Amino acid sequence: MSRVDEVRFGVVTFPGSNCEQDAVHALRHLGYRADYVWHQDTNLNDYDALVLPGGFSYGDYLRCGAVARFSPVMSEVVRYAEAGRPVIGICNGFQVLTEAHLLPGALIRNKGLKFLCQTVHLRVEQSVCKWLDLPTGIVLDIPISHNEGNYICDDDTLARLQENGQIVVRYCEPDGSRLPQGSAPNGALDDIAGICNPRGNVFGLMPHPERVTDAVSGSNAGSVFFTAIATYAREVAGR
Amino acid sequence: MKQYKIFVTGKQGIFDPAGETARHALDNLGYTGIESLQIGKYIQLTTDDSVSAEAVKQMCEKLLANPVIEDFSIDETATSATSEIAEKTNAGADE
Repeated sequence: MSRVDEVRFGVVTFPGSNCEQDAVHALRHLGYRADYVWHQDTNLNDYDALVLPGGFSYGDYLRCGAVARFSPVMSEVVRYAEAGRPVIGICNGFQVLTEAHLLPGALIRNKGLKFLCQTVHLRVEQSVCKWLDLPTGIVLDIPISHNEGNYICDDDTLARLQENGQIVVRYCEPDGSRLPQGSAPNGALDDIAGICNPRGNVFGLMPHPERVTDAVSGSNAGSVFFTAIATYAREVAGR
Repeated sequence: MKQYKIFVTGKQGIFDPAGETARHALDNLGYTGIESLQIGKYIQLTTDDSVSAEAVKQMCEKLLANPVIEDFSIDETATSATSEIAEKTNAGADE
């Protein structure tokens, strides 16, 4: 029995997604309703928030997220996002959001050429992301697990992200201070780990908060992302 | 039949770790004079005659390349060359 069953998440699942079960488990563990939304589904009306999970959609062929972008569900995800409703893309989900142009920039291969699987320190920045109702500068320890997490965009886009407050989370030192320049684990530009759209309802990040939502996994530092989305989703839905 | 050869490479200034690694490996092998090495993708597209070069350009812009990070170029090859390649491929398969 869900504690807060009025919030219903849709977890968009592509062929090759592999974190959708983690996401659904995390959301249910936190007391929300969560359903898988298959990539061929086109009805998203029942969901208060959407999660695009991690994995290797369509085998990461061509580019990460490039083929998933043209799944039938994605035109509905775009519509959903344009209506101001909350969408979070995690890892491959972030890559899909950039390919779909819901978020600017792109994610390219890690600077060190290695797949990275480790816990990183993330600093919550002052941003227009409507969900993360957290004090600026707070540090969350969240795992990353990716080969293409090196965020990149042109200078104009970076300036716009900074000015608009679209940088939501950055890789940082354990105490929250900035890393020495160019030393983000994956080489990400400006240490960017997650960004949102100007409206603040679409958020993509490379780290995996869904993997740290239960004390049995050693931490529940990632729970805040989902509880915050749920709070926002309730507001959007007028509940 | 038409054949399009599509080359997709990282935009100028976009970090290409694979290219960089290969270049260092060539350095280690003692090759000198290499100024840059970029690794990209080669896509071979075979179509019927109805597919225009403009349509292929759109395919690149929409899906085959990501204009945010990649440039592309398209070479259209002559029809006869295409059938020759096909014949050679078939001959190879029979051996």
